[in-house]
Amino acid sequence: MTEPKVLILRTAGTNCDAETDTAFRLAGAETALVHIQNVISGKVNLTDYQILAIPGGFSYGDDIAAGILLAIEMKHKLTDALHQFVADGKPVIGICNGFQVLVRTGLLPGIPASNSDAPELVQRSTLAMNTSARFECRWVDLETQESPCVFTKGIKPRVYLPVAHAEGRFTAPADVLAELETNNQVVFRYAESEYPSNPNGSDADIAGICDTTGRIFGLMPHPERFLTKWNHPHWTRLTDTQDTDTEEGDGLAIFKNAVNYVKANLL
Amino acid sequence: MSSTVKEIEILNADDAELMRISREGTLSLNLNEMKTIQTHFGALGRNPTDVEIETIAQTWSEHCVHKTFKSIIRYSEDGKAPEQIDGLFPTYIQRATEEIAKPWCVSVFSDNAGIIEFDDTFNLVFKVETHNHPSAIEPYGGAGTGIGGVIRDSLGTGLGAKPILNTDVFCFGMPDTPYAQLPKGTLHPKRVFKGVVAGVRDYGNRMGIPTANGAILFDARYTANPLVFCGNVGLIPRNRCEKSVEPGDLVVSIGGQTGRDGIHGATFSSAELDDTSESLGSVVQIGNPIMEKKIVDALLQARDRNLYRSITDCGAGGFSSAVGEMGEPVGAEVHLERVSLKYEGLAPWEIWLSEAQERMVIAVPPENLPELMEICEAEVVEATVLGTFTDTRRLQVFYEGEIVADLEMEFLHHGLPKPVKQAVWQSPKHPEMASRDAATRDYTDDLKALLASPNIASKESVIRQYDHEVQGSIVINPLVGVANDGPSDACVVTPVLGSRKGVIVANGINPKYSDVDPYLSAAAAIDEALRNIVAVGGSLEKTALLDNFCWGNPDKPDRLGELVRAAKACYDIATAYGTPYISGKDSLYNEYRDTTTGEQRAIPSTLLISAICVIPDIRNAVTMDVKVPGNLIYVVGNTYAELGGSHYFGIHGFIGNNAPAIRPDEGKLTMERLSAAINSGLVRSCHDCSEGGIGVAVAEMAFAGGYGMALNLDNIPTGDEITADDYLLFSESNSRFIVEIELQHRDAFENHMADVPTGYFGTVIDAPDFTIKGKAGHTIIETSIDALKFAWQTPLHS
Repeated sequence: MTEPKVLILRTAGTNCDAETDTAFRLAGAETALVHIQNVISGKVNLTDYQILAIPGGFSYGDDIAAGILLAIEMKHKLTDALHQFVADGKPVIGICNGFQVLVRTGLLPGIPASNSDAPELVQRSTLAMNTSARFECRWVDLETQESPCVFTKGIKPRVYLPVAHAEGRFTAPADVLAELETNNQVVFRYAESEYPSNPNGSDADIAGICDTTGRIFGLMPHPERFLTKWNHPHWTRLTDTQDTDTEEGDGLAIFKNAVNYVKANLL
Repeated sequence: MSSTVKEIEILNADDAELMRISREGTLSLNLNEMKTIQTHFGALGRNPTDVEIETIAQTWSEHCVHKTFKSIIRYSEDGKAPEQIDGLFPTYIQRATEEIAKPWCVSVFSDNAGIIEFDDTFNLVFKVETHNHPSAIEPYGGAGTGIGGVIRDSLGTGLGAKPILNTDVFCFGMPDTPYAQLPKGTLHPKRVFKGVVAGVRDYGNRMGIPTANGAILFDARYTANPLVFCGNVGLIPRNRCEKSVEPGDLVVSIGGQTGRDGIHGATFSSAELDDTSESLGSVVQIGNPIMEKKIVDALLQARDRNLYRSITDCGAGGFSSAVGEMGEPVGAEVHLERVSLKYEGLAPWEIWLSEAQERMVIAVPPENLPELMEICEAEVVEATVLGTFTDTRRLQVFYEGEIVADLEMEFLHHGLPKPVKQAVWQSPKHPEMASRDAATRDYTDDLKALLASPNIASKESVIRQYDHEVQGSIVINPLVGVANDGPSDACVVTPVLGSRKGVIVANGINPKYSDVDPYLSAAAAIDEALRNIVAVGGSLEKTALLDNFCWGNPDKPDRLGELVRAAKACYDIATAYGTPYISGKDSLYNEYRDTTTGEQRAIPSTLLISAICVIPDIRNAVTMDVKVPGNLIYVVGNTYAELGGSHYFGIHGFIGNNAPAIRPDEGKLTMERLSAAINSGLVRSCHDCSEGGIGVAVAEMAFAGGYGMALNLDNIPTGDEITADDYLLFSESNSRFIVEIELQHRDAFENHMADVPTGYFGTVIDAPDFTIKGKAGHTIIETSIDALKFAWQTPLHS
């Protein structure tokens, strides 16, 4: 059986592509780092891949607002390819800046059920400036929620991951927030509501969401930065008895889940 | 000659006229240099063009050629007979590296950054630079382009290294400076602080490079001349470390467009600031990190496909320096009208000298040009063929078909007369402070005051604004401990994901000791940088150093005398420890002059030592936070009564005279033994003793780990008789550490350290209480880790 192929989409200012690439390779995928210009020009075909990953960074400097220029580019220059990719049931993940892009394209939280006859991607939520009004880098505890998300199947109930962003405060109108709860689209919540446990002031402590199918997933924390246990900020505090056999970091499971999903359903 | 190029009338100029030309053109050339230029062109029978004289001024600037470090110095110490030093750099820096002769040094002092071996596939490059003058005038832009510039140094080393880590050290005026006391024309230290941090944050984070090491210091004398040190480590394939230029290669510029920004940066930074400097807006560059990221993305692909033969960055002096340096061994011909401009209207010399950011110059064999252009197109980066490297040994610059500069490479690079400078050093005598044991038996408030002093206080509010996790490589964070807020001694990264081979980066800087003796200040900076390396699990054996001198005006004999003292220490201590210098830089003329009052302010003589160490297995690294109640606390290394320049004396208004001496034999043995103990798993946590001595070190370890301590000063090993509790607690003697040892490893640890002074002096306790008993048996510190942490975290909280 061939390995699932991941297209890691790059553009000017993308900067978490190498570690995202490492994560997917460790998870057993074949990867390609592809500049969006090469997708737009048709040199690279999205249909040749089973997973689309939009890594973190500052696409186009996050000028105007985080992720907006890449979102516009994707929406308007890759319209059909993107629709086809999603319609084919292929998983999409956006991490940090990638999450910001998915939210601004409207792929997350996705088209409301009431509108499914005439699907049109519109932005219905946003990732606003942190309440602290500055970029912050810190590790946070996440509570894994009951959700259809294919990336978090069987993952630990509590996961510790780093965040590093200035614009990560998830916010949406009340009806959208209610819809997310009804559909179990919240995948991760910050474990506590107070700053800095909730590092950015997100509504309902939301750290990551998926669409109703569970195949499109976006999150502010960085699972690709926790691939081995030595990335954990407290690894020197663990004693031999607390030490598990695995050298794997908790972030890797998210990438493995995607690979396994593709193997089981798409290959 | 066209109207765009001016002839500079120097052939018949007298001395006063020559100096007027230098001053009014911001050339920063002295009379001797102007006369050398006059003689050279006299022999040619013509005046130089503006393009030519500007090219020479940039190439000969202190910033580019470091003439002070190469000059002949007549130096006299404490009234003794003078000695002659033929260049501080060759005598004390380069010679140390040559004598130490580490086989893992791949390239030192020759390229844009030093190169050392990493593993079978990769080497590491490391460079630290300063961007002081620009940051004084425009903190955000100055600091941002400082980090942007040093990243390009890595990218311009060998055939280009991938940037993997940033380090930043800042020196500011006191944050509580009253506005009325600000020197005329200077920005408030708080404004400088905020702008510099934001500049480094926005550039480094956008480039996707972890900023994981640094320091922030405060002293009133930095108010008019803040210091901004920016460093970058890069990873480079072993077979991409050499460069050459062949005649016929194309001169290709890649990256941003050229504008009028940053003109005269090199010469501007080679002079003192004064109260009118703030109006020199055009000398500060404008940064665009996304442009630089695109250059990295494009160039590393081109490097891996072997499309170019040489590369350098456009830094100080812009194209004039970049093309001048690359073409030195062969010759070069450049056509300025081909340069891609931000806007019209630049004179040829402005195009040639502009320090517009995010530009690199590469030497491309013509047959590789199409493939290079293809990569640049895919990455949406502009690349322009500016000319050709030749075999004329001349630097020839054209504008719209007309030759505007025609200089011999030999004169440009070797025509600079070697200056002779005078230096004196007179040991100062400061009032001495006695122990306060007679006056008090409680030092709790002193400890809290030390923790709250701005140099020691937590820098978390700054550190959190930097992304330390990007690239997924960090294994020891700058903030460690149970709540991720303790001050790590150094950071550790694994630049090759999946490999256990690690890189430690640390720094040492102690300008306060310069008030006593710059020799001791430099020695302590080296010792501290090495302690920080050892404290997380590194070894002296695989450690290289970088030296960055920030000094006052070296044309003044006393300032230069301080520089000589520091340089001597650099040689003595590095050779004793066996740690070579691989790169360095100096920023002189950090002085401010009030043009109305004539008042002159110099910074404290400041040497930053940056250290880089390769470790075979990051699993052996340790952190400074205490781990388990019941574990034993030891001090390693002798304490002496050395409080001159200490923070303890400082908070009581004294400088004193006994700054920490350096005993490299003792220090080397201590560090070697401790490094081995850590690497054999005997040590649970380790922290070096630096500012604030043992008192501050144990407090930081306790609150970072979330456990209290019960300690007793009775068993602290001392090198001389010390009975005073405050001296024991707060002396800043070099080469000392505090370690946490598990009971089961007690004998093994003590046996291992048998020939090093080591004292067991207390335990970690399962309570927040923090107590220290003095020599006479009574409690001299009684508090809680929460109170200590509060004192430490509050001052620079926001």
